[in-house]
Amino acid sequence: MTLRFWRGGDPFIWLTGSALAFCLLMISGLVGIILYNGVGVFWPSALEQLYLRDGQVVLGKVVDRQVIPDQPEAYRIQLKVGNRDAYGLDFRWVDEADIERIEQPAPVVVFERLEWGDAYGYLEQITQDGQVLAADGQDVWKALQPLLEASAKRWEIIRSIEHEEMGELNRAMEDLRLEKRRLEMDGAKPEAMAELEDRDRALWDRYERVSERLNAVRAENEQAAVSIRLADGRERSVRVADIVRTYQPNALGVWGKIGIYCEKGWEFVAGQPRESNTEGGIFPALFGTVMMVMLMSLAAVPFGILAALYLREYAKQGLFVRLVRIAVNNLAGVPSIVFGMFGLGFFVYGVGGSIDRLFYPEALPTPTYGTGGILWASLTLALLTVPVVIVATEEALAAVPRELREGALGLGSTKFQMIWNVVLPSALPGILTGVILATARGAGEVAPLMITGVVKLAPDLPLDAYWPFFHLERKFMHLGFHIYDVGFQSPNVEAARPMVYTTALLLLLIVLALNLTAIVVRNKLRRRYASTAF
Amino acid sequence: MSEIRGETDDPFVVAEIENPIVEVDKLSLYYGDTQALYDVDLAIPEREVTAFIGPSGCGKSTLLRSLNRLNDLVESARIEGNVRVSGADIYAPDYDVIDLRRRVGMVFQKSNPFPKSIYENVAYGLRIAGENRSSVLDESVEKSLRAAALWDEVKDRLKDNALGLSGGQQQRLCIARTLAVEPEVVLMDEPCSALDPIATVRIEETISELKNDYTIVIVTHNLQQAARISDYTAFFYLGRLVEFNQTQQMFTQPHLKQTEDYVTGRFG
Repeated sequence: MTLRFWRGGDPFIWLTGSALAFCLLMISGLVGIILYNGVGVFWPSALEQLYLRDGQVVLGKVVDRQVIPDQPEAYRIQLKVGNRDAYGLDFRWVDEADIERIEQPAPVVVFERLEWGDAYGYLEQITQDGQVLAADGQDVWKALQPLLEASAKRWEIIRSIEHEEMGELNRAMEDLRLEKRRLEMDGAKPEAMAELEDRDRALWDRYERVSERLNAVRAENEQAAVSIRLADGRERSVRVADIVRTYQPNALGVWGKIGIYCEKGWEFVAGQPRESNTEGGIFPALFGTVMMVMLMSLAAVPFGILAALYLREYAKQGLFVRLVRIAVNNLAGVPSIVFGMFGLGFFVYGVGGSIDRLFYPEALPTPTYGTGGILWASLTLALLTVPVVIVATEEALAAVPRELREGALGLGSTKFQMIWNVVLPSALPGILTGVILATARGAGEVAPLMITGVVKLAPDLPLDAYWPFFHLERKFMHLGFHIYDVGFQSPNVEAARPMVYTTALLLLLIVLALNLTAIVVRNKLRRRYASTAF
Repeated sequence: MSEIRGETDDPFVVAEIENPIVEVDKLSLYYGDTQALYDVDLAIPEREVTAFIGPSGCGKSTLLRSLNRLNDLVESARIEGNVRVSGADIYAPDYDVIDLRRRVGMVFQKSNPFPKSIYENVAYGLRIAGENRSSVLDESVEKSLRAAALWDEVKDRLKDNALGLSGGQQQRLCIARTLAVEPEVVLMDEPCSALDPIATVRIEETISELKNDYTIVIVTHNLQQAARISDYTAFFYLGRLVEFNQTQQMFTQPHLKQTEDYVTGRFG
């Protein structure tokens, strides 16, 4: 009977089934951890006020609960107490044994601030220009709302002045400086130089006037302030202009909380980072990642397909072609950091340096293309992914049945017509598979990017509304690097941890979206070209 | 029968064909070191159906593919002797192979429609020759589909994917596709071997009608088919042409014993 069991193949079914189950477990474990830690980050959870036995009062959000290291059965909880400017640190541990009672007072308020993180406390007073507008908790809350709106409007003006007007002036002054330098290098006539000096002075005048306006608005913004009382009784003053968001978590209903959640989620995806990347949004990193992946695909895919076409269709199949194929396959296994080094040496210093010498000599010694940037990073990753595209394309071309090729030739096609009209369209599903794999691989690599153009915080996006629109020499931010930076290079690791998970979740979702799109397209094509094996 | 290559009687070839459109002159073909065809001398008459018969591996498909130089695709293939189509040596170094393949079309054993629409399949040959005017293409597509006896079945769905047709329809589509470029000769390599009897009958009917305008050379395993539709038959064995005669003669009064043994089924 046992012999039957072995021969019947049941153990094999169990073996293959458990291998699959293990894989699924790993995948779901990975996704589950990220989801568990990442999805709840923006939920405005309740603030607890802890009254300790020794009389201390602690106010904060519970973020963790652990067994105390040397005392099994005894737990401690970690609270985010905020108010880093007052306490020195955001988080603190409290032994459960020390807690006398816990309350969730309704009037407690959360301020999310531009600097120093969150502030938790009780509203005391609100002043504008030195005048007290309200002094009772709920009145202060009501008086705060219109002031917040006014402040938001002023921030928009400030941002518009800084970004558009001053940005334009900066650009004009920089162009002028480069023009001067160019003239100097070419040997300039004093009249030409004098004209440039005049223009320079005019620009500076305008700049000063804009600065004045900016300072005026800023000064206006600084007039309103709220004072709050912290859990330990101290009073702190917070400028209304510094408040990004405020809410009373213990007084919010479910819908209110959902609203805050969606707001914060949107801010995460579309906003700019604050506080050394531990708060705010990751939009620049998101944008940088997507743009880099597109540039990389644009470079790698046509190049790879053409190379594979030559290898498979035109090259005489002999020893040399076999060696080339082996070399290409090996290239796919090279560690990505090595590609980074190559990118640095060849693209950044080699090609970039030459471009600088030829086209941007007036900017030197500041490098334009001779330093890391999105173009070099994308090209480096393109090199990494080209072997994948070549291998997949070759397989797809080889899978096109001989009868189809003979049929085309039999009608009087030239080789090119056969390839263009019959072979390539039939191989398209397989080629797309290769493109999907290559894009997924490239989107996930971080190491080579670190030395060819990714930075922690980039002042501008590589694509904006000003000529030449695509600024391929600019450095950029990248989600993968962002995760590394926030998780491990952050001055405040505790505060940063939630960001790591949410960023990882977002990265997973993006890769998933890219893959799904490509798969849908490929399936549509497959139904049309049903005769091929892929 | 102990037939050793190199030792047979001289082949019997019927008296001079008047208008040979294809002349095969002492053709020998090698795949690398293996010889597949030995000194084949053959003249294919114009506007008739010529059948190539013989057991598997006797070289009939190889010879057929030599007539439109499809053997060029095999790297190790090498020929001696020559083949003339309408008087011109097709293996001459400067001969236009593309033009040859338009004039000598081919229908394969396994139907191979392109993964395109029915219309585009038939129009393919004209498009790659540079014809893009839709009036010309429309006319050609209809004419070819009618000649292949497929028009009535597909005229309402010309834009549908060709892969959705049945096996017999696909094969007729391939015939239509070949006819669309208006060849002089149509080569058919066992066109019905993958089809059911009904579809086979329809293809045979088509062939009988086509021979009014085209020269047809058909390779077949099916002796009854050869007897039904062909005017001339060539019998091959182990790479040699054994007998070439009018079909009626070949099947009723074959000249060589070997031929008689084959057509009566004593060996196959």
